[in-house]
Amino acid sequence: MKKIRCALIGSGNIGTDLIYKIKRSPVLEPVWMVGIDPASEGLARAREMGLKTTAEGVDGLLPHVLEDGIQIAFDATSAYVHAENSRKLNELGVMMIDLTPAAIGPLCVPPVNLREHADRVEMNVNMISCAGQATIPIVNAVSRVQGVGYAEIVASLSSKSVGPGTRANLDEFTYTTSSAIERVGGAKKGKALAIINPAEPPLIMRNTIYCLTEDEPDHVRITESILQMIGEVQQYVPGYRLVNGPIYDGNKVSVFMEVAGLGDYLPRYAGNLDIMTAAATRTAEMFAEEILAGKIKLKATEAV
Amino acid sequence: MSETKSLQGRKVVLHDMCLRDGMHAKREQIGVEQMVKVATALDDAGVPYIQVTHGAGLGGNSLQHGFALASNEEYIAAVASRMKQAKVSVLLIPGLGTMKELQAAFDAGARSVHVATHCTEADTSPQHIAFARKLGMDTTGFLMMAHLNDPAGIAAQGKLMESYGAHTVYVTDSAGYMLPEDVRVRVAALRAVLDPTTEIGFHGHHNLGMGIANSIAAIEAGATRIDGSVAGLGAGAGNTPLEVFAAVCERMGMETGVDLFKLMDAAEDIIVPMMDHLVRVDRESLTLGFAGVYSTFLLHARRAAERTGVSARDILVELGRKKMIGGQEDMIMDTAMTMAKARGLEGVA
Repeated sequence: MKKIRCALIGSGNIGTDLIYKIKRSPVLEPVWMVGIDPASEGLARAREMGLKTTAEGVDGLLPHVLEDGIQIAFDATSAYVHAENSRKLNELGVMMIDLTPAAIGPLCVPPVNLREHADRVEMNVNMISCAGQATIPIVNAVSRVQGVGYAEIVASLSSKSVGPGTRANLDEFTYTTSSAIERVGGAKKGKALAIINPAEPPLIMRNTIYCLTEDEPDHVRITESILQMIGEVQQYVPGYRLVNGPIYDGNKVSVFMEVAGLGDYLPRYAGNLDIMTAAATRTAEMFAEEILAGKIKLKATEAV
Repeated sequence: MSETKSLQGRKVVLHDMCLRDGMHAKREQIGVEQMVKVATALDDAGVPYIQVTHGAGLGGNSLQHGFALASNEEYIAAVASRMKQAKVSVLLIPGLGTMKELQAAFDAGARSVHVATHCTEADTSPQHIAFARKLGMDTTGFLMMAHLNDPAGIAAQGKLMESYGAHTVYVTDSAGYMLPEDVRVRVAALRAVLDPTTEIGFHGHHNLGMGIANSIAAIEAGATRIDGSVAGLGAGAGNTPLEVFAAVCERMGMETGVDLFKLMDAAEDIIVPMMDHLVRVDRESLTLGFAGVYSTFLLHARRAAERTGVSARDILVELGRKKMIGGQEDMIMDTAMTMAKARGLEGVA
């Protein structure tokens, strides 16, 4: 069966884990890995896994996009370079999946709004943050039943799974996730809290989701909606698990989740990184399925 | 004896916590008027720094940490406008509080900040420390749960905070677990690596009754700033009781600049009558100190115990075993529910 050919930008942990997930996909094929350091381990590993590589950044990839039929690119670099990467690739008709906090395209949480983005043939979608991917489905599961005036999420991450970029820019993580709880989760107001725990052995990612419903919560319908949503996320993140709850206390609904990764390249406790790569892969698959079925066609954006 | 004598004439800067750490012990329910009343009494007694706001600091108003009776800005503005000499300070834990909230606190009148991270995660604070300095605030890097890092680790983390711009680095015994020797070696390790102009502070909790002794040990090893709470109003068994510490300093010939009798009067006449429960070493707060658990978990554990039927002590011991840290208050109810299931108490939850 024909597969959609992909490029991975950024040869770090996220990019490497993506290779595993894309290779497993029935509709995607990893073809190029883009880095900036010729001596990087990530590029060497990508070559071993059969990918073509360049150490000259996105500019090193551009001459090969058309001849190699690249249609989807994943950007796991940084917010600072993403806009330029996206512009250059969009001009060649390559759809961009943004795993950086740049968020120049619409925010995407697959079970909540991926279908809409595919229907609109968005050329750039943003994956928000690990905490966003892990918690927004639950907020949405409540808000699709009844109005949520306020939602708050607490993400506990193992120290080893949080890279230097996130650490040095923790406020951006907070702002991005809070805003997405509102825009994608459907809460009128959102707040995100992050805790980095150094325990050894590393703790598996935990997330607690609190929603305040505007009216008295319908326990039966909300619980059913949450369980259904968990099932949808489990389709691409099998380690997405309800630990406790939902519990109801007046208008407060509390849900206690755990996210274990698949352990492809990243260790299992790093469910926070795994849910990003899994959601990005799921997003690419939906676009790929539609392209292969002839339902959508990616269009190059006009050069400006 | 010779060691204690050597502290004669040493200057110690006192920093009161009863209107911030004490908010934990009051379930965040100190009103603006009451806060102003306490702060003006402390200002009048000569306390140079007074920390205010929600117990979890900036950004603290939340379902996770509870909602206070007023916004942080309202507390800060009301107190700051009445201070004759004291500086108003705030707590900022990155991941909870943000630079936007620090700006708002500064605008309301805060002039000093404890930027707090877990004792191994100092590299989550560079933005906030740098921003506090840019605002011209007295800036502290505050290494919480310091018993969970060894002296060399604390020294390295403190050095990072100094490199971001912190004027002062604190050893923070959030669990009230440390003994004087634990404090001494950590402060000494910091003193050995920090620039001589960078100050060192100690923030204690009284869960093992060691608040005063630990603070003295910190000063002997080179600390110049000590956090405490008048009447000990703080999380767990409370902070180092400030009036007691001031009395000890006076006996030892150290200079704090505070009026001891005025501080004693504030403790007895204002703070103690405010307490919802007697803040002291009891079965559960002792468990915090013994098991090395974040002091703020105390009242949360009591609530989880009521709901699940698992004892607060058992919950706290389990949280210690699972190495939960400050900010993970959601894991208290979660842990209690999981324990209740295992014990067949599920119907209660």
